[in-house]
Amino acid sequence: MAIVVEKLGFNYGSRAALSDLSFELLPGSFNALLGPNGAGKSTLFGLLTRLLAPQQGDIRLFGLPIRQHAGAVMRRLGVVFQQGTLDLDLSVAQNLAYHGALQGLRRQDVQTRMRAELERLDLGDRLHERVRNLNGGHRRRVEIARALLHRPSVLLLDEATVGLDTQTRAALNDYVRRLCHEDGLTVLWATHLIEEIDTDDRVLLLHQGKLRADNSAADLCRRTHTISLTQAFAQLTDPQQQESQP
Amino acid sequence: MNTRISAAPAAVPGTGPVTEPASREHPNGDHRQDQPSDSRLVGTDVGTGFTAGLPAYGHCFVGILMREYLRFVQQRSRFLSSLVRPLLWLVVFASGFRAALGVAIIPPYETYITYETYIAPGLCCMILLFNGMQSSLSMVYDREMGSMRVLLMSPLPRSWLLLCKLMAIGLISLTQVYAFLALAWLSVDFDPPLLGYITALPALFLTALLLGAIGLFLSTHIRQLENFAGVMNFVIFPMFFISSALYPLWKMREASEWLYWLCLANPFTHAVELVRHALYGQLNLLALAITAGATLVFALLAILGFNPERAAGGGKVKGER
Repeated sequence: MAIVVEKLGFNYGSRAALSDLSFELLPGSFNALLGPNGAGKSTLFGLLTRLLAPQQGDIRLFGLPIRQHAGAVMRRLGVVFQQGTLDLDLSVAQNLAYHGALQGLRRQDVQTRMRAELERLDLGDRLHERVRNLNGGHRRRVEIARALLHRPSVLLLDEATVGLDTQTRAALNDYVRRLCHEDGLTVLWATHLIEEIDTDDRVLLLHQGKLRADNSAADLCRRTHTISLTQAFAQLTDPQQQESQP
Repeated sequence: MNTRISAAPAAVPGTGPVTEPASREHPNGDHRQDQPSDSRLVGTDVGTGFTAGLPAYGHCFVGILMREYLRFVQQRSRFLSSLVRPLLWLVVFASGFRAALGVAIIPPYETYITYETYIAPGLCCMILLFNGMQSSLSMVYDREMGSMRVLLMSPLPRSWLLLCKLMAIGLISLTQVYAFLALAWLSVDFDPPLLGYITALPALFLTALLLGAIGLFLSTHIRQLENFAGVMNFVIFPMFFISSALYPLWKMREASEWLYWLCLANPFTHAVELVRHALYGQLNLLALAITAGATLVFALLAILGFNPERAAGGGKVKGER
């Protein structure tokens, strides 16, 4: 398994952000993490990226427990955060070189890889441009290039398309899917935008810190007797529906 | 790896009809293994370019140093203000006070000296003090801007990352100190032996580490950028004024006994004395021991108190190191 999450729990004081969360991700699979605001997606990302320490349960990446093998785990993880994390006053190349150095990569490798990654993202000519001068969509692409620079096995994207126009969102979504299918990258794509999820995608539906569903989008519709994922999502996250469930 | 982003994707996902789910098996086969091979954990990672051991630590340090340098180069006003501040003290303040304040012969000086000569080492440390506190400001800024997360995504130990940050800020500060020393040599009667400029280097670097560690320690406790004004009032000014930077300790003792003891308890006093002696090719062992000890204590406190969740812009929960 690429990622194994077992009985994961996390509280902010007395409020449970995640409770008894368990799931597994297959290598080379595209997985959508769907949930309304406050569902616990960012907490889960914090735990997967070691920004938070698990209070209960365990996370393993390619068989490696995250607590004991933090370094090896982080080398296999690429992350695109919801909030922009590029240094606006540095150029694209300088931002990527910084990330490469933090990953312990050789300078020559970083130079070669950054050109290749940016070329794939159609940003080859923006190498020496200041990030401040790039638009939101281009900045996101640079962040994806940065997340892939150290050739991770798993890519985590936390609401990476928030604030982008529909076309840019779709283009990024399409690109990440192809990375998954062609390069065998395991992807966990957190979103609250249902249109970003394809019918074939595996959907992990998180609500109030619990995993409400773990099916393909199509199965989810069948299970909830709905005709669209939007309806299924509404049904599974509707407070009244929740109360009527045992 | 021929995947390229397309300007217009074939279809917007999620808009198609509901169909049977696709197989979860990877179409290209499972070439990203479930279990890691030994090569991914020991030595050089095959295909990742990651160099384990010392080289990786070295690449990381150079990367952090380069980033700090680039930020420093881009902030010319910061560089200029870091020079103007001590120069004003040296040229204006010291000129006015040289007549009022007599400085007796005290080590490391072997003769009567001008007041400018006396305060120059303290002003070097003043640059380092402001830079150290500026580093705490930049850590808080990085935290608010989200770039601290990039640092925390490194596979290397967080204690090493923080140490790199400290050393990088220290090295950048040294360029400012030497620029000030050159201007001081040109503008006033300040001429330590040439060798002193070399022997002062390790003393200045240790002082930079001490003040950077204090800054880092403070940054773990500063929640917002706006709170930085408090640092100015409660850390920078007391540290600078309650020290031997502007007045010799015996002069302080003449004025007030408790002020003298307060100065002695201030690690900044010992850092100033370390630099003062080093500028004249002498080693003040007591000052070295106290400065090194305080550096160690504050660096440890900063590393142990570092909260990755708060550093990444989160809430209050304690995290791992």
